[in-house]
Amino acid sequence: MITRRLLEIALPVLMLVLALAIWEGAVRYYGIQPYVLPAPSLILATLYKDWQTLFGSLEVTLSITFEALAAAVLGGVALAILFAQWRLIERAFFPFAVVMQVTPIVAIAPLLLVYLSSSAAVLVCAFLVAFFPILSNTTLGLSSTDHNLLDLFQLYRATRWQQLIWLRLPGALPYFLGGLRIGGGLALIGAIVAEIAAGSAGQGAGLAYRIVESGFRLNIPRMFAALLLISVAGIVIYLVLTAVSYTLLHRWHDSARGRET
Amino acid sequence: MAPLATLRGIDKTFANGTIALAGLDLDVREGEFLSLLGPSGCGKSTVLRLLAGLTSPTRGAIAWRDARPALGFVFQEPTLMPWSNVAANVWLPLRLAGFSRANAQPRVDEALDRVGLTGFAKAYPRELSGGMKMRVSIARALVMRPQVLLMDEPFAALDEITRTKLNDDLVALKCSLGATVVFVTHSVYESIYLSTRVVVMARRPGRAVAEIAIDAPLPRNEEFRLGADYAQRCRETSLALHKVMDEVAEPACEGAPA
Repeated sequence: MITRRLLEIALPVLMLVLALAIWEGAVRYYGIQPYVLPAPSLILATLYKDWQTLFGSLEVTLSITFEALAAAVLGGVALAILFAQWRLIERAFFPFAVVMQVTPIVAIAPLLLVYLSSSAAVLVCAFLVAFFPILSNTTLGLSSTDHNLLDLFQLYRATRWQQLIWLRLPGALPYFLGGLRIGGGLALIGAIVAEIAAGSAGQGAGLAYRIVESGFRLNIPRMFAALLLISVAGIVIYLVLTAVSYTLLHRWHDSARGRET
Repeated sequence: MAPLATLRGIDKTFANGTIALAGLDLDVREGEFLSLLGPSGCGKSTVLRLLAGLTSPTRGAIAWRDARPALGFVFQEPTLMPWSNVAANVWLPLRLAGFSRANAQPRVDEALDRVGLTGFAKAYPRELSGGMKMRVSIARALVMRPQVLLMDEPFAALDEITRTKLNDDLVALKCSLGATVVFVTHSVYESIYLSTRVVVMARRPGRAVAEIAIDAPLPRNEEFRLGADYAQRCRETSLALHKVMDEVAEPACEGAPA
């Protein structure tokens, strides 16, 4: 059984190393120019050489992502609570939320850049894409409360507030965390998309801007290096949010527990 | 002595037009173990919900002899909050009444003691068996020291062995607390074994059609279950139930077109 577990970990790592080796080998063997396809070693060297610039850009992109995500969590949860407490508000506002959700963010970004400063526009874009999954998941969670438990709360004459705090909110937690995981990934995508839109106008200093800028200068290794950082950032965000979710749910929710086999 | 609760001429029609109860008359007497027995859809759960104040009758009135007493409600499912451990689940009614955890602690412990769950305070519902979850649910109902315990087919989802044990424990609890119990079931045997009085209900529309008093003292034991009196009561009640079922032409099978 130990060997099997070892294999399960070793296999994907081995495949990744193999793919990189083939890439490296092909570039060297065929003498492919770095402005066409840089070798992995060159990408890593570029990452090291340009670390100062790239890391600064990573910080910019990440801080926008987290600010947007924080705003989306606050706004999404607050609005979901309003929706759950007063159904008429949900009726009134839901069309807006849906319009915001179905309109591609790439199409809204140029317009936002007209109205807002570029840094504000990027933040708003990232917020808009992260907001909806958090809102809709939390709303679903708040309205999925066990009817018998609602009866029980009514029997013991719970106030609306007690019902919200002790019943609806804890029950909605798994749904919210699902929305948060989607929203976290989307906030990064929203920030990148908006940076590209803003960057092409010659502003901003995030990772996406570095990609656009390096593209103009045909600095392909640096494009790959920036891309690598974005991927790593996305993976880290996902892992962190998954860990948060596990920590909060593993005592009681099926989603965070293994099945006994 | 006047009954603890009096239901007179109760009609209950749901929003979708279903008539759950029509012209129901029922008394709940102090200290009795009353079973409401009938087929599904006869409105027996609705009677409990009316008594609990979770719904109100379309017509007719429910009158309590004094002010509405402290009630405990046990649902068919354990209905526990999965995110809270056993102690916090049992604490809930007290918490809603403004008791801090520390203030509630002795009563929570006492309730868990009564249902035989001492030592399980820190466990989460997920970690418990079906029977144990039901015990938590009963402890939660007991923690408010209810005068009236309303139970809606609480053991229907449990296996026979667990069920028999919980039945015995429930009667013992009822005797030591001196509470009044209104118990909904569709099992003839369970109702006879547990109750001091069984009211048989019919459906379409839901109403009370027969009443069987069982005078053997509580708590009962295996001897009672094997006795002639028990068999006689079961036969009597089954007959009453069958008469009810024959009144309404049954469709050949559930859900088949009429």
